[in-house]
Amino acid sequence: MIARVWSIVAKEFIQIRRDPRTLAIVLVMPLMQLVLFGYAINTAVDHIATIVFDQAQDAQSRGFLNSFFNTGYFDPTGQAGSLEQVRQAIDAGRARVGIVVPPDFSHDLVAGRPPKAQVLVDGSDPNTAQTALLVAGTLAQRGGQSIDVRPVVLYNPSMQSINFMIPGLLGLILQFQTLLLTAFAVVRERERGTLEQLVVTPIKSWELMLGKILPFVVVAFGNVLLASAIGRFWFGVEFAGNYLLLLALAGLFVLSSLGLGLLISTVSQTQAQAMQMALFVMLPSIILSGFVFPREGMPHPIRELGLLIPLTYFLQILRGIILKGVGVEVLWPEVLALAAFGVIVFGLSANRFRKTLD
Amino acid sequence: MPAAVSARDLTKVYGNLTAVDRLSLDVREGEVFAFLGPNGSGKTTTIRMLCGIITPTSGEGHVLGFDIATQSESIKARIGYMSQRFALYEDLTVRENLNFYAGVYQVHGSRRDARVQELIGMAGLTGREGQLAGQLSGGWKQRLALGCAIVHQPPLLFLDEPTAGVDPVSRRSFWTLIYGLARGGVTIFLTTHYIDEAEHADRVALMLDGRMVALAPPRDLRETGLSGTLLEVECEPAVEALELLPGIPGVHEVTVYGTLLHVLVDGISADDLTALLRQRGFSVTSVRAIKPSLEDVFVSRIRAGQAEASAL
Repeated sequence: MIARVWSIVAKEFIQIRRDPRTLAIVLVMPLMQLVLFGYAINTAVDHIATIVFDQAQDAQSRGFLNSFFNTGYFDPTGQAGSLEQVRQAIDAGRARVGIVVPPDFSHDLVAGRPPKAQVLVDGSDPNTAQTALLVAGTLAQRGGQSIDVRPVVLYNPSMQSINFMIPGLLGLILQFQTLLLTAFAVVRERERGTLEQLVVTPIKSWELMLGKILPFVVVAFGNVLLASAIGRFWFGVEFAGNYLLLLALAGLFVLSSLGLGLLISTVSQTQAQAMQMALFVMLPSIILSGFVFPREGMPHPIRELGLLIPLTYFLQILRGIILKGVGVEVLWPEVLALAAFGVIVFGLSANRFRKTLD
Repeated sequence: MPAAVSARDLTKVYGNLTAVDRLSLDVREGEVFAFLGPNGSGKTTTIRMLCGIITPTSGEGHVLGFDIATQSESIKARIGYMSQRFALYEDLTVRENLNFYAGVYQVHGSRRDARVQELIGMAGLTGREGQLAGQLSGGWKQRLALGCAIVHQPPLLFLDEPTAGVDPVSRRSFWTLIYGLARGGVTIFLTTHYIDEAEHADRVALMLDGRMVALAPPRDLRETGLSGTLLEVECEPAVEALELLPGIPGVHEVTVYGTLLHVLVDGISADDLTALLRQRGFSVTSVRAIKPSLEDVFVSRIRAGQAEASAL
């Protein structure tokens, strides 16, 4: 029995080693995703090109403008001579933000009236716009005084999005890999006719399933270790919580993800179909799980839809353990949800994964 | 001798298509049994039902004494199966493929190594053990697939179109292997749409639209498969004769064989036909009675079946 499972496992490993596509998914994809997402998805935007139209041209107005540039979020790109020039610079993309200081700015300030300044923001990139608005809003309330205006952010004091991204990436990579590899490994056998051959052998369904899954569990754990090492030592993300707990719960997540992969393989006849089905699962996973966009901002039915995705729970677990340092005492609802998901998906696919060709 | 395979009213219905219609047969132990029929006649469906990987809609069957509906796992452990697609792992080497199937059939240790070595020799793959299966040519693949199917020395071997897409020389050496197995007591159940291949079998079943229309040794089929006399006609212009002859009373069928016509007649002689053709202005070189080939019988049965179907 175990010997038959082992035959499949040994064969799978040989095939992983020989198939460039699988090897790419195993070795290159996690690294590529880590680096691409780690560097490219930078939701906290800084060094925003900023054009200035200073009509006051005195010490107070310059002090007010410097308070912007000192935050590091805004970089001066030049002076404009008119409102029209400010608009042109933003239209042409030379600047994303324009700051207009009226002639009576200092007069109002000295007289104790709230001075008026206009901040024009290019809204075509929401992330940039959000950052600019937030910082400008904070600064404007302080009236350009020498007060500390840095926003305070919980759990991510440096407001580096990388701290937020790395835990999410761990989950996403695990999901991508296990789902795609399992689905492909089974569907490839169906496509080449070897599944038909296996179905005629005395091997049992669960032996075949286990033999197919085990290699990818090993691969997945290898990548968890690799990805967390890169996160810790390359991107410098501190792990606040228990790493062993994280590994254990990653195992739980991998189970549900493998189950999904198997489920996809039972409803797909070709690798192309499996790919489409995988995307059908992957896209909502990225968008609805809270990986990129905060779930808090989603309208209601969409937000509930996210609860049907295992990655949603796993992300909360990952960010909880890595960033907040909490344990099962806080995360138990997510752990239960993930376990329930794993049992259901695995049961479903085991049920569908029959040794018949009907 | 007990039956290695027996089926009673075996039926498989897909929607409104009856793929196999009340099939009954017995295959004796040690026999080479061929299932002959055009594509889509239900050959593969029958084999898959007998292997227990497709559930019959109705009817029953036994393979090596096990019920195909309830004991399919016992059957699977005791049969060899080779599909028309040569289900090999193309990214595994010759030896890795054999080792894998040995593991699946629980042939282990030194017994495995000896058996794998024996099969490599049998398939003529000595020296190619380390070559990827995907790089082998059709004939090699076919013999490797056969090796994988018999790694556990099954007493019964199902071959589904084993020679499809393989060159004639490889087909011949494949048949040599099959005869060798049969001499060793292995029962062979194979499907084919090559008529000449069915001639190799001890008995042939003709399949048409899911029904078995004949079952006999090839020689008996040739001798008794046609009702009437088969005449080989050489005349000019042959195309016009092909149009004229079916309308003549006593002529059942006309088939073209190269430049010749095979005419199945009942109640008219070769001389009658010669006279009739000459009378119509044909230049007749020869008309003679011949022994029907299996192909003649096959074509005749298919036509009869189609006529029956269109009459319904």
